Formats: sequence, structure tokens, C-alpha cells
Amino acid sequence: MANSSALQSATSGPDALSGRLGSGPSGRKPRRMLSRRNIILYGLLGLAALYYLLPLYVMIVTSMKGMPEIRLGNIFSPPVEITFEPWAKAWSSACTGLNCDGLSRGFWNSVRILVPSVAVSIAVASVSGYALANWRFKGSNVFFSILIVGAFIPYQVMIYPIVILLRELGIYGTLTGLVIVHTIFGMPILTLLFRNYFTSLPEELFKAARIDGAGFWQIYFRIMLPMALPIFVVAMILQVTGIWNDFLFGVVFTRPDSYPMTVQLNNIVNSVQGVKEYNVNMAATLLTGAVPLIVYFVSGRLFVRGIAAGAVKG
Amino acid sequence: MANSVSIRDLSLSFGAVTVLKDLNLDIHDGEFIVLLGSSGCGKSTLLNCIAGLLEPTEGQIFIKDRNVTWEEPKDRGIGMVFQSYALYPQMSVEKNLSFGLQVAKVPKAEIDKRVARASEILQIGPLLKRKPAELSGGQRQRVAIGRALVRDVDVFLFDEPLSNLDAKLRSELRVEIKRLHQQLKNTMIYVTHDQIEALTLADRIAIMKSGVIQQLDDPIVIYNKPKNLFVAGFIGSPSMNFLSGEIVEEGGRAAFRTHGTSFSLEGYQTSEPLKAGRKVVLGVRPEHIAVDSDIMHSEVHEAIVDIEEPMGADNLLWLNHAGHLMSVRIGGARRYSPGAKVRMAFDMSMASLFDAETEDRI
Repeated sequence: MANSSALQSATSGPDALSGRLGSGPSGRKPRRMLSRRNIILYGLLGLAALYYLLPLYVMIVTSMKGMPEIRLGNIFSPPVEITFEPWAKAWSSACTGLNCDGLSRGFWNSVRILVPSVAVSIAVASVSGYALANWRFKGSNVFFSILIVGAFIPYQVMIYPIVILLRELGIYGTLTGLVIVHTIFGMPILTLLFRNYFTSLPEELFKAARIDGAGFWQIYFRIMLPMALPIFVVAMILQVTGIWNDFLFGVVFTRPDSYPMTVQLNNIVNSVQGVKEYNVNMAATLLTGAVPLIVYFVSGRLFVRGIAAGAVKG
Repeated sequence: MANSVSIRDLSLSFGAVTVLKDLNLDIHDGEFIVLLGSSGCGKSTLLNCIAGLLEPTEGQIFIKDRNVTWEEPKDRGIGMVFQSYALYPQMSVEKNLSFGLQVAKVPKAEIDKRVARASEILQIGPLLKRKPAELSGGQRQRVAIGRALVRDVDVFLFDEPLSNLDAKLRSELRVEIKRLHQQLKNTMIYVTHDQIEALTLADRIAIMKSGVIQQLDDPIVIYNKPKNLFVAGFIGSPSMNFLSGEIVEEGGRAAFRTHGTSFSLEGYQTSEPLKAGRKVVLGVRPEHIAVDSDIMHSEVHEAIVDIEEPMGADNLLWLNHAGHLMSVRIGGARRYSPGAKVRMAFDMSMASLFDAETEDRI
């Protein structure tokens, strides 16, 4: 008896509502697409997107026009006659100073600077970050603080001493010198990045590996490295874009025949002789910006994930 | 019996903070020792020192009569199981188990043999090809135990291995760890803050507080004859009832007096004379207070039921006696309503008396 009365009281709720079932609101609440909130939201988003996309549009359009068409002055109008000649010229025959072989020389110089700089700086920084996170040695905190302070000293202050240093080493004006400079200047931020990432990994993992008998390098290569892929991607993007876009070091530490792409771009755009070839300038700029752009598009998702992982837990 | 692990005058401090103080501990061969204490008492620190993951400031550690104080973790003959399992996420279960052996350059055939044996003991054979992320918490912890198992070590170290598991799995794995110990007969040192784990698993329990071992004894002795007030309050759930008062003499016999009521101390065993006037704390466990029909003593006191907490097998009563709340454990079938008047009596042979000043057992 007790059971059946309990059953009854459990179902008495819906019974009381039975008269009102089926009518009135039910399920998901409907929402109007054209509400005021949506209009403001998407309007603002569209405006912001337009603000960033318009200059890019102008650049692309202009780079595909011939000079007569540009002189008409309608910068927003699409090209009547599409031509890729400005791109070809920018790449292979635009003049900077004495030589007239276009941006290609700068591109290959930049690649020659970029690859070793990125590889060496990331390799060194990841190992130092790992050491700082897991192998606390005497004075490791002091060392780390000094490194961080280094990140806040303006580059301009250090340029002259470094010029002298490189001169004394006999590598001033060479690509090797520039690679070393890029590696050193990438060190503070990269080490910080790696240290924070490795600190965010559970400490017990490191302890377990030590009990298992793995040493410094075994733990680094077999335990830490496979887990650090996202942060490696972040470091790579930071370094690739940073070094590729660098202008100051390129101009100071190299000679004209080994100028990186950015410096060469500046020389093309700012050359004062003859007609200003806007289409060639635009094409040259787009070519120079292509590398960082491609890197972002390819690895943007990983980038966000890596930054988040490092920032939240670090 | 031979000692498996011996710790001599071990101290450890981080800067000005002393975590372990002049600690001495001898663990016999094949013994299951539980280090029990609340967080920050230094129990995990002690375990990390034994493992070689932390360097002691002073003192020595011996494993199998060998001084390992300066040895690397891998050379100490220990295996360790962590709270967070600490499995290598990018490796399969099999790789996780064999990693340590690979590092030690053990021949492939021997590795396979040991992995097979461990996976058989722990019943993780079907999981060998999986990644840790694809395992449940209980399976992960089994793999973590397996990792210590394949290394053929003398001493197993457990650092709160069950704390990340839910209650049901925890009690299952607890039984498994105990079975494993009976099967392997290795020395095991087990850190936990869970007194149930400590009482059920341990051959001996070391209760720690602020870096000092308070009592090292059989679980039953710790439960029934706690050495001081801290141990008495720490072990047992619900906690022991404490009454502050003093010793008086009544009719030529010692008695305990609090809030105007006297309790005869007949049956209490102690080597010390119970001098009248001494300030003491009387401790009685909830199951050592008899209520109504359970009473077999002549001395009976009256109390009022304040709150009743039925727990299935047991029923916990909170009795109000002269303004004091006391918990009493009775059979689950016996029910009382709040406000009911009951009679109660203490079983003094199972009670504990502590000096109010030194807090040590009398």
C-alpha cells in the first residue's frame, strides 16, 4: 500500500497540468533574425572587417592595373585589363640602387636569414625553458629575471655595442652575424614562453621519468618534446613573422648585396628616380607580406591553442 | 627482521621553513607502511626524499642496508606511483610500461617478459596498445602501478594513488593494492590523508604532524591507544569525543570530573598513578558509549538526543550531556527522535586519558 501511494504522488504533478498540456510555449524559444541586437552586432563586425580589408583590396587591385589605368585615379575600381606584369617586375627586375634583379634577391636573403635564426633560437630557447622549469639549479631564478629584464631593454640601446662586437668577431655585415643577432634577441621572449609551458605540464610526469631513470636529454626528447608541439608552433610563428618583418637589424647588420626582403622593399618603394610605379610597389609589398600571411593562415588555429595553453596555465 | 628502508635524523627545510625535523624511521622487509597526516604535514616530502626526488638538508637514507642518500632515483631500487598517474600521454600503455627498462638498456626479450607479467598481474593486457587518454581513471592508475612493477624494485612508493578516483573505484583499487602486496611481498610505503585507506592497508601507520612522526604503530593500537591528543582526534570518524576536566578521588577510587558530573575511571588501564587534581582530557570513541539497552555498567548518566544521523548500518546520535555534545554510534535499526531522554554509560576500558598540558596519553 505504501508503495502504490508513493507512486501516485510521484505522478500527481503532471496530472494537475494535464489540462494545459499542448498549448502555450513549448521547446526552444524562437528568435528573430533581424532583431536590433543582431543588426548592431553584425553591422559593427562588418564595419570592422571592412576597415581592415579595404586597404588590402586597394593594394591587390592596384597591383594588377597598368600605369595608364592607375593615373585615372579611381583607386577603388577593379582593373579593366588584368595584368601580372607588375608582379613579375617586382620579383625579378625592379631596381634598387645599382642592381636591377628585383625582390628575388632579397627573398632568398631573407630565407637564408630566417631558417637558421628560427631553428637555432627555438632549439636553444626550448632547452633553456625546459631547464628553467624542471631542473632548478642554483641561481636559476636570478638568471631568469635577468633574461626577462633583457626583453624590456630597447633595441636601439644595444645596436652600437653589437656592431662593435660583430666587427671584432669579424662577422659584421655577414648573414651569420645577423642570424646570431636574431637568435639572441629572440631568446628572452621564447625562453619565457617555453618555461611557462613546461611549468604548466604536471610536475609528476617529470618525477616519473626521473624514477624511470631518464636523464636530462632523454626526458627532453622523449617526454617533453612530444607534448610541446603547440608551443613550438607558437614560437615558430612568432619567430618567422618577427624575423621576416624585421627591418632595423637587417639594415644595420648587413651590406646591400645581402639585404633582407624588407630592406629591399623599402629601397624599391622609396627610390626617387623616374616614375613612381604604384602597381610594382603594391605587388612588391604583397610579395613581402606573403610569407607571414601564409604562416598565419596555415597555423592560426594551432597558434591560438598554444597561446591559450601557455597563458592560462603558465 | 631485516630493515628494508631506514631513515636516520632526516631534516629538510626550504629556506626558513622546516618541513621535516630529525626524522627516524625503520621499515621492515615486506612491510606495508602508511604515512598518514593532513596536507602540509611533510608526508609527501618524506616520500620524495626516499625516492631521491628531493635532497634532504641533513640525515641519511638507507635502502636494503645501502646508503642511498646521494644516489639518483633510478639507482635506489624504488618504484613510485603518483596521484595524477603521471603516464606519458604520447606513449601507448605498453611503451609507458617499458620506457624505464628501455632507458636502462634491458634486452628486448626481457622487457617483453616483464611487461607481460605485469599486465597479467594487473589485468591490463587488453589495454596495452591504447593511449592513456583512452583509459578510465582506475585503468590509468593500474598502468601506473604496472610501471613500478616492471622495474622489479625492492620498495614501492605510493603518493596518494587513490585520491583522484571516485569513491567506488577507490575502495576497489584499495583491495587490489592490498592483494598485490600479499602476492608480491614487497616493502610498500604509502602516503595518504585518508584514514580508511591507512587503517585498512597498513601493517603499521606513521601519523605525521608538522614534519614529526607522532605515533608509529599497528592500526589497531593507533585506533585504541592513541599516544596523544592529536592522534586521537585525527583517527576515527566521527571523531573521538573529548571532555576536559580533572581527576578527583571518590570513595578511595579515582574518577574523572567535568561540569559537575563524575565518571568513575574503573577499568581504565594505566601505569601512571591517577593523582587527584590533575587536569586531564577524557577521550571516548562514539562506539564506546553505551545507550539504554546496551548498558552493562552500574554507572549511568542521563542525556538528551540532539540530532540523529542514520547511516544505514549505523545510527549516529548526538547526545547533549550537561551542555556537552557527544556522538554515539548505535545499531542502525535503533531509532530515536530529537529531544528523547536516554541513559548512557562510558566503557572506560576503551577510553583514553590525556594530560591537559602535555596532551600525552596517561
